[in-house]
Amino acid sequence: MSRIGVAFDKARADGRALLVGCMPAGFPTVEGSIAAMTAMVEAGVDVIEVEIPYSDPVMDGPVIQKASDIALAGGVRTADTMRVIEAVAATGAPVVTMTYWNPVERYGVDVFARDLASAGGTGLITPDLIPDEAAEWLAASDAHGLDRTFLVSPSSTDVRLAMTVQHCRGFVYATAVMGVTGARAQTSDAAPTLVSRVRAATDLPVGVGLGVGTGAQAGTVAGYADGVIVGSALVRCVLDATSEAEGLAALRTLSAELAEGVRNPVR
Amino acid sequence: MSADALAPVAGPQPDSAGHFGRFGGRFVPEALVAALDELDGAWRTAMADESFRAEFGALLRDYAGTPSLLYEARRFSAKVGARVLLKREDLNHTGAHKVRNVLGQALLTKRMGKTRVIAETGAGQHGVATATAAALFDLECVVYMGQVDTERQALNVARMRMLGATVVPVTNGSRTLKDAMNEAMRDWVANVDETHYLIGTAAGPHPFPAMVRDFVRGIGDEARQQCLDLTGGLPDAVTACVGGGSNALGIFHAFVPDEAVRLYGFEAGGDGVATGRHAASITGGSAGVLHGTRTYVLQDADGQTLESHSISAGLDYPGVGPEHAWLHDSGRATYLPVTDDEAMAAFELLCRTEGIIPAIESAHALAGTVALAPKLAAELGREPTIVVNLSGRGDKDVHTAGDYFGILDKER
Repeated sequence: MSRIGVAFDKARADGRALLVGCMPAGFPTVEGSIAAMTAMVEAGVDVIEVEIPYSDPVMDGPVIQKASDIALAGGVRTADTMRVIEAVAATGAPVVTMTYWNPVERYGVDVFARDLASAGGTGLITPDLIPDEAAEWLAASDAHGLDRTFLVSPSSTDVRLAMTVQHCRGFVYATAVMGVTGARAQTSDAAPTLVSRVRAATDLPVGVGLGVGTGAQAGTVAGYADGVIVGSALVRCVLDATSEAEGLAALRTLSAELAEGVRNPVR
Repeated sequence: MSADALAPVAGPQPDSAGHFGRFGGRFVPEALVAALDELDGAWRTAMADESFRAEFGALLRDYAGTPSLLYEARRFSAKVGARVLLKREDLNHTGAHKVRNVLGQALLTKRMGKTRVIAETGAGQHGVATATAAALFDLECVVYMGQVDTERQALNVARMRMLGATVVPVTNGSRTLKDAMNEAMRDWVANVDETHYLIGTAAGPHPFPAMVRDFVRGIGDEARQQCLDLTGGLPDAVTACVGGGSNALGIFHAFVPDEAVRLYGFEAGGDGVATGRHAASITGGSAGVLHGTRTYVLQDADGQTLESHSISAGLDYPGVGPEHAWLHDSGRATYLPVTDDEAMAAFELLCRTEGIIPAIESAHALAGTVALAPKLAAELGREPTIVVNLSGRGDKDVHTAGDYFGILDKER
């Protein structure tokens, strides 16, 4: 079983959900992103999702777009992302990568998989790669022992949902709302239904993302999902801060609140 | 002809998942797959439905004013050294070939029971065309436009608003066409149940490239027959400008099986491909994934999209439709860059010889034709016949061209 799978099992045994926190590599700088992710782990985030900044992130809302733009303007390269993954993996927390497909294709799919595995990454979340187009990635992830997380959506048909989860390894990413990333005032009504549809199709753990930003929301999602994925709310801590120290403090506070939330599932 | 603009033809088709060889396909969030499947189904059903074809044909004829003329440009021909036949898409309602695509997609939107259309636009031409169709079909219309473009194309913003559309300036990324497209995709993911994304060119995820091509391919069907009627034979070459590439595919498609007819696509070479300031995705880019499809893309070593540059806002896009990528790889069509200066020289030549002000986009096709004519004449040993897609009129470009030629009175 993959390291992510072990982490999910342990959380399940503890009667709680796993907390996955997302941050773009190189935001605000390469070193700054390592510090941010390390602070998140120290404050209770179980799994770090390292997003590779991309110029055209169509699944991301304004907060992550802004952070990606800042990272790219700072000159971050895909190779730097590998360094970030290595540094964060050294904390002991499982690290999963999230990326749009073109940077992987440009890096070379097999070489990317090889470097990701040797940096200590457990797998890849692919927001704009569906299994239908993923033949090369399926082969490379098999060859290098990486997990594959494809997305399922409230609009996925049963047939597509079954096909998609069949190609997943590690965990399944359920997008809670029809929309892009970004914290929302209310969590989604569609998500519990989607999660139960996924459970009917696979034994893999299910992470729910899009729109979670508070401890209370994390508790609500933890009531029905195995993993709670938080991105924009964490990124905003760094984006809105006037100094690195202030950003890290805000990140620690929110991470701890979210960690508390996933330990108090609302069932 | 236009009464059955969708009749099946023998031209090339993608596989059932929209792959043109190694290009095309769908690189999209799973959330959009259901909508793309629905659209694919609606398009295929419509294509096989005589009532849809009749309705589309009637709209093209009575509303858009097609078939557009094939006009023999004698004075231009004399300067160029070829018999040049202009496919006058500039005379269509809204001033370009794009009206064909928006009418087709608006009809499909109605058929799918959707009430809202969204679109991206660069210079505003596709936005205006979409707003036009939305008014005609009583659809809510939201147009995303980069903030840089809303400022430099204020007149088209006003036009869209007059037609009842909401124009949303996009302030992220490079604030141009590609960012407008990103923002439209984001809107679509969030509102897909009632919204159709009316993509303006033969790019994007399947079925858009093949579907848009089908809606505009009447250009080539008409031109082929008109050329036969006028000259008694097929042309030696067909030329068009290529940004996303819908006007070029529209005129190429009918000629693809005619192996003796050479197909030339002229890309926006900007300051010259060697300078890096251009929008020539095939001649100056590399294979990659952008906006839902695999095609030629302007990108850096890490796969980040590069900004494109062209005097023509309609060609200023860092990608190209996947069918062009495929026609390029197969060698069936030839793609060459045309610089801003070459395009503007041809722009002026057409104005002065024929009294026709072309869109700067179309001026790229004219400039490519000027360069092609003597080579083709030498090779064939006679005067070649060249059909040029005059895809749009230049009214929208008067300010840009006036500025380029330095003929605007100074502001007081």
